Amino acid sequence: MKRARNVKAWLLCAPALAAMALVTAYPILYAARLSLYRYDLRYAAPPGFTGLSNYFSVLSSEIWWQALWNTLLITIISVFFELVLGFVLALLMHKAVFGRRTVRSAVLVPYAIITVVAALAWKFAFDPTTGFVNSLLDIDQAWLNERWSAFAVIILSEIWKTTPFMALLLLAGLSLIPNDVLKAARVDGASGIQRFRLVTLPLMKPSILVALLFRTLDAFRIFDSVYVLTRGAHGTESVSVIGYNTLIARLNLGLGSAVSVLIFLCTLGIALLFIKGFGTPLLRTGR
Amino acid sequence: MGLKFARIDGFFGALGNIFAVAYALLPVVWIVSLSLKPGHELNDARFLPNTLSFEHYRTVFNDPQFPAALLNSVGIALIATGLSILIAIFAAYAIVRLDFRGKRWIFYSTLAVAMFPPISVVGPLFDLWRTLRLFDTWPGLILPYLSFTLPLAIWTLTAFFREVPWELERAARVDGATPSQAFRQIILPLAAPGIFASAILVFIFAWNDFLFAASLTSTDRARTVPVAIAFFTGSSQFELPTGSIAAASVVVTIPVIALVLIFQRRIITGLTAGAVKG
Repeated sequence: MKRARNVKAWLLCAPALAAMALVTAYPILYAARLSLYRYDLRYAAPPGFTGLSNYFSVLSSEIWWQALWNTLLITIISVFFELVLGFVLALLMHKAVFGRRTVRSAVLVPYAIITVVAALAWKFAFDPTTGFVNSLLDIDQAWLNERWSAFAVIILSEIWKTTPFMALLLLAGLSLIPNDVLKAARVDGASGIQRFRLVTLPLMKPSILVALLFRTLDAFRIFDSVYVLTRGAHGTESVSVIGYNTLIARLNLGLGSAVSVLIFLCTLGIALLFIKGFGTPLLRTGR
Repeated sequence: MGLKFARIDGFFGALGNIFAVAYALLPVVWIVSLSLKPGHELNDARFLPNTLSFEHYRTVFNDPQFPAALLNSVGIALIATGLSILIAIFAAYAIVRLDFRGKRWIFYSTLAVAMFPPISVVGPLFDLWRTLRLFDTWPGLILPYLSFTLPLAIWTLTAFFREVPWELERAARVDGATPSQAFRQIILPLAAPGIFASAILVFIFAWNDFLFAASLTSTDRARTVPVAIAFFTGSSQFELPTGSIAAASVVVTIPVIALVLIFQRRIITGLTAGAVKG
């Protein structure tokens, strides 16, 4: 009986598992194989086995390390601001007596917008001829033509787009905190800040960690906004942009696959770091 | 806490609400405003247009690129959504209703797939699609979309299925319905709103994709809206197509925002329950 149920459950899950394996596990193994070959579609020469030389080429190139550093920078800064802003928004939505529905609706707007469209909106806004930002600040800045100001715009558009998701995750965590606990802390004389620091934050640790893990891995694969805003010019390339340029623009499938595999390994590393570092709260959500 | 404090609290709360709404709407209002500016006012660096004009909307719909991309986007995103919801319903049913060994394992593998960087599979898919003749076709995009639509569909459906009163299924079975009758006639209607909300979320993800579409398409045959907008060149090479890009952006943004706002409450449940309750 129990065995029959196991079989039935696995049969029901089989199509989903098979489809997911087909579009992720199989291609990544294929990429791992391609990464060991000299395989450039611009030349007619048949692919030849070269061992790890593609990896040596990538790992000894300055472009890769700069892109990795850029990506980590974008990830850390944007996730940090998203967490802070997301918390403010979540508390606002949690406390709001009236206008609650309006704020919740408004917060979903960035989420519903195509990333490319949002990035273009920011691009036009910061454009020296079309945009309103320079005339508003009364400065003359070619935002997207300089490395650091371009980073600022990229990070801004990333924060704008994804803070709502963070806020909603945190809001869900906030609403799980029993009111009596907060009330009891208040009766015991804890101030608002103490209540937040000593009651709310520890109780929310699991939701915060889950939100952080999700957003960190998501930010690490940033492509759309970087590509639309700068195409990776002025030293703003992210690792995904490097991968795209090598694979699709330059059609070097061997070298590009090495980049792909390295990005995959980085993602895996970040995920393991989170799970090792914070452990149980992350795994407990897996019910 | 006197009345005065409550009032100050309310004041800051209201101020905060206004900021939150302004924050969310700023780029949207800006792009709408750009799309309505007449050509000669595009570079006036003002936030709102002086005069309204619909010329860019006419340009966009008269250009052959945009309507084709719109059709591709709608078709591809709808099929990807339908397919992943269909497959995910079975998995979510098993996860919610059946107690079996390895359930946890299924959860972890969907999590792993959701975290997967799409750039890692772009190269092999590009190579495979060339030999399988799937490059620049609808199925050539629908298949890779499953890598992110399926995990999302499984999570959100699992979250919604947990709220379905499953006792009714048992009652129907007692009354002599077959398992599939009980599911289709009793449970499905009850779960329909949740399934619909999941479908909207999945649709938004498929609709949003840029990386796969930029890598695996090359012509109007399968090129989707984000790619068409990002690569839009306009009819004249001397004029920057800012207005047309803005108009096209508004056309693809407003319907999705409307959809999301109408189903706001369920969408928030779907978005968060998957991640928080697992």
